[in-house]
Amino acid sequence: MRHLLDTRTLSREHAIRILDVAEDMADTQEREVKKLPTLRGRTIVNLFFEDSTRTRISFEAAAKRLSADLINFSAKGSSVSKGESLQDTAQTLEAMGADAVVVRHGASGAPRTLASSGWIDAGVVNAGDGTHEHPTQALLDAFTMRRRRYGADSRGRDLAGHRVTIVGDVLHSRVARSNVWLLDALGAEVTLVAPPTLVPQDVTRWPAKIVFDLDEAIADGPEALMMLRIQTERMTGSFFPNEREYARLWGLDPVRFRALPADTIVMHPGPMNRGLEICAEAADSTRATVLEQVANGVSVRMAVLYLLLAGEHAGSDDKEIR
Amino acid sequence: MSTRTVLHQADITRALTRIAHEILESNRGPDGLVLLGIPSRGVPLAERIAALIERVAGSVVPVGQLDVTMYRDDLSRHPTRTPRPTSIPAGGIDGRTVVLVDDVLFSGRSIRAALDAIGDIGRPAAVRLAILVDRGHRELPIRPDFVGKNLPSARSERVNVSVSEVDGIDEVSIRAEAD
Repeated sequence: MRHLLDTRTLSREHAIRILDVAEDMADTQEREVKKLPTLRGRTIVNLFFEDSTRTRISFEAAAKRLSADLINFSAKGSSVSKGESLQDTAQTLEAMGADAVVVRHGASGAPRTLASSGWIDAGVVNAGDGTHEHPTQALLDAFTMRRRRYGADSRGRDLAGHRVTIVGDVLHSRVARSNVWLLDALGAEVTLVAPPTLVPQDVTRWPAKIVFDLDEAIADGPEALMMLRIQTERMTGSFFPNEREYARLWGLDPVRFRALPADTIVMHPGPMNRGLEICAEAADSTRATVLEQVANGVSVRMAVLYLLLAGEHAGSDDKEIR
Repeated sequence: MSTRTVLHQADITRALTRIAHEILESNRGPDGLVLLGIPSRGVPLAERIAALIERVAGSVVPVGQLDVTMYRDDLSRHPTRTPRPTSIPAGGIDGRTVVLVDDVLFSGRSIRAALDAIGDIGRPAAVRLAILVDRGHRELPIRPDFVGKNLPSARSERVNVSVSEVDGIDEVSIRAEAD
């Protein structure tokens, strides 16, 4: 694997390979010594142009557990705020010896530009770009669903027939997009529930069913219900009248939570807006996988960094001559 | 390119039986033993040795498998390897005598990686090494404690171990490379 830019181009076999390696990584995280020497001497740069705590820390934990050296770069207070271009920033980081760049950017497609422009030789991992994709989040969601469904017997399996309902701001959600493509590749059936104003225009071509009524979707009894965060920072227009109306119509309140089948898991990519898209009763129940998702995120990101960096590097020959 | 079979099923069974006896002899019985097979062929070999020990000594020896991929020093020289699961028996390895089991001993680098992996899992009282085929060409100061067969070979030759659990046949063959 050279880069991880999206889940849309990820095949079923490739996705299962990442998830299986993540299982091995998760096993090592239960040991007394959690650190592996695998990526010793490799340098990974966290290149974050957008605020993020969870994803950045998760990649940081993953890199450190694999003994890689990690450099954190956040655009705020850096040369970027002085007007440096993406090209110059990336080339500067590579000149410092970065083997992989984990990039989060507000512009959709920025990681692909970085990977395909020829500016840098390092592997690129998309950690969220604009409203495009967030592939490692989708992988950790699929990993969590597979583990809840198959337990220790997860290796090699897909999610065929698994019914997943994703609720919330689909329009602005890169998590929803990445999940739709990945879950489709793994054979799951995806239903999207959103206010009509928060449904993307091209959604008819997505491998997913669209429903506008959350109660209807809950009555279907999905295996997993994923609540998306209302991203107030992206709410530039008037998509719904006010937060109370959103919570009443599309929030997982205690009544809806109790109406769910007893084995439906409740997922949330975090950070949660309690009382808005998810009630405290659901968030704190044993069926909520929020903290599992965080722990699994480290395993999945370890797997991605391993697959990206452990094998022989396509561009390593001429580097060694230098 | 010529392929020559050096061990047949009966030879392999005899070698494993002898190894089982030698392990019991050097450990003065089956107490405190843990067998760890290195994937993929080392795992069924470890299970067979455990079954043979059980037949002779009458007590069950815990068997696990130890993946060494993440500890290798040659990862960047090959296409990305897919790790295999590691499973350690419920009792753990602290204070036990761990016998590592692998099919072929060559450079010794897998065993070095295995020793590092063991160090991250626990602190055994002793670590021993059982090998079905020792083909020489060591690159590290590592030697096996129990050997099924010493097989002098040229570096360019390939030694191939097949076990019925994985390959459907018990056989050790040696193949000269065409180059």
